[in-house]
Amino acid sequence: MSVYETLRHFADSYALVVMLAIFVTLCAWPFRPGATRHNRAAAHSIFKDENDGE
Amino acid sequence: MHAEAAIGRTGLWFAVLIVSILVFMTAADSGFAAHAVIVGITAFALMAMSAARFDPLGKAQGFFKMPEGPSKYDDDVIRWGVIATMFWGMAGLLVGVFIASQLAFPQLNFEPYLNFGRVRPLHTSAVIFAFGGNALIATSFYVVQRTCRTQLAFPALARFVFWGYQMFIVLAATGYLLGITQSKEYAEPEWYVDLWLTIVWIAYGAVFIGTIIRRHEPHIYVANWFYLAFIVTIAMLHVVNNLAIPVSFVGSRSYSAFSGVQDALTQWWYGHNAVGFFLTAGFLAMMYYFVPKQAERPVYSYRLSIIHFWSLIFLYIWAGPHHLHYTALPDWAQTLGMVFSVMLWMPSWGGMINGLMTLNGAWDKVRTDPIIRMMVMALAFYGMSTFEGPMLSIKSVNSLSHYTDWTIGHVHSGALGWNGMITFACMYYLVPRLWKRERMYSLRMINWHFWLATIGIVFYAASMWVAGVTQGLMWREYGADGYLVNSFADTVAALHPMYLMRAFGGLLYLSGAAIMSFNVWMTLAGRLREEAPMSDAPYDPQADHPIVQSAATAVPAE
Repeated sequence: MSVYETLRHFADSYALVVMLAIFVTLCAWPFRPGATRHNRAAAHSIFKDENDGE
Repeated sequence: MHAEAAIGRTGLWFAVLIVSILVFMTAADSGFAAHAVIVGITAFALMAMSAARFDPLGKAQGFFKMPEGPSKYDDDVIRWGVIATMFWGMAGLLVGVFIASQLAFPQLNFEPYLNFGRVRPLHTSAVIFAFGGNALIATSFYVVQRTCRTQLAFPALARFVFWGYQMFIVLAATGYLLGITQSKEYAEPEWYVDLWLTIVWIAYGAVFIGTIIRRHEPHIYVANWFYLAFIVTIAMLHVVNNLAIPVSFVGSRSYSAFSGVQDALTQWWYGHNAVGFFLTAGFLAMMYYFVPKQAERPVYSYRLSIIHFWSLIFLYIWAGPHHLHYTALPDWAQTLGMVFSVMLWMPSWGGMINGLMTLNGAWDKVRTDPIIRMMVMALAFYGMSTFEGPMLSIKSVNSLSHYTDWTIGHVHSGALGWNGMITFACMYYLVPRLWKRERMYSLRMINWHFWLATIGIVFYAASMWVAGVTQGLMWREYGADGYLVNSFADTVAALHPMYLMRAFGGLLYLSGAAIMSFNVWMTLAGRLREEAPMSDAPYDPQADHPIVQSAATAVPAE
């Protein structure tokens, strides 16, 4: 097999599965148990600096 | 500044001046020589400034206003960035109205420097990279300092990023008018300007990442994720798409490292991701910081913002081939591009909903706060153009829309509606804060700007829809004998009224930006316009009294 075909088979099989798994994990990560408090704190973090001062 | 440093700097700029003179004398073409002159003039100006700055007793900050201590945010670069955004915005929109008029009135093609082919890339680069780029640099430096609660890392490098980027814009813009181009859309600058931008961009990444590393907040706020994705991906796209071999080291011409369909695919992998990571990810970063700040409410769902982020990162990079439907590109690659484009619709609308729902419980602000109104309109156009884009990428729709003005209308509803409106809103947010003013000079002028821009976009997008569908249908129309019914010139004649409406819409949008420039100018001058507030509960003193029954006016019985 040529280098192209080898890489192409790899891209169509293991690489695809690994990428999908990484994607799903990253999307599911903020939904893990106990993350609610963390998400809330992160969303409010921009208001700690209310005076916008230098 | 110390004497040794001043002499060192002056010597450095003198060396650059000498090199540019040598390049000017040996240049292979006139365009390269002209750019050597621009570099030489800049080096001479910096040399004179370095020499004049030698003042052993003076303050150390000098012309570039280095920060005095760690207790204040480093905002001078951001102030320059806001002014540069306004300046390049006006320039880019003016050129846009000019080329729109050229299409309606071909007599306006002034050969050779101001013909359509040379001025069009000037318009696209001025609005995307000069207006949008300066807005991104300014807001990213603002947001990363506020969300990390720390001063900008490498202040000297941050100043180089700003001025180096302006140098890139000047070289690119003058190059187009001089006929220097590598003919790749949104990547027109030639090899030496590309190299310069690479240096500036690496410095930009260093400043941004450096600031994140020295943050005092444990969590990196999601806006910074989007800014970081924008900076890193643009670096990758820019380097790969501009791989080229120069014909001469003292000439402007170069040839791409790729050829044929590979070159085309690389170009549109770059081109679509320039849309995805420059015009989308970067501006979404603005959205995720400035919309919650202006609404004074946290983002609707932080989880959704993270899904939005990872979905854009994983999906956008594959969508480029939809620019090459029905070309020599393999069919499977076209289908891949189409499928990923359609999938992109969902995270895009997730992001739009996230932005709009941030206003939940504060919707009255749409009526009373013209900045919020601009942000809402920007998000509405983000939603509209991220629906239209996937639809246009479907092959059967694309067979009608490809190469027509529908594409131009789509780009402008995104660029004028989403990028323009969110940038204007952020600038209105930033100017009073950066210059320590109570508010903008006039809130009612923001309202005028909003309506002029909105009506301008409606004229632009609606006329281009009609023009695009007209073109598509006229091009594909066959007569009974199997011949095409219309010549190309027939379609051009049919579109003339649409081109007039488009130019009018652009003029409205430009006049809105002109009002904004005046408003910003007055705010910087420290003026406050005395005007009626945007909303007020009505009060009628005539009716404000108890009812007194009097016998004289008793109503007679029927």
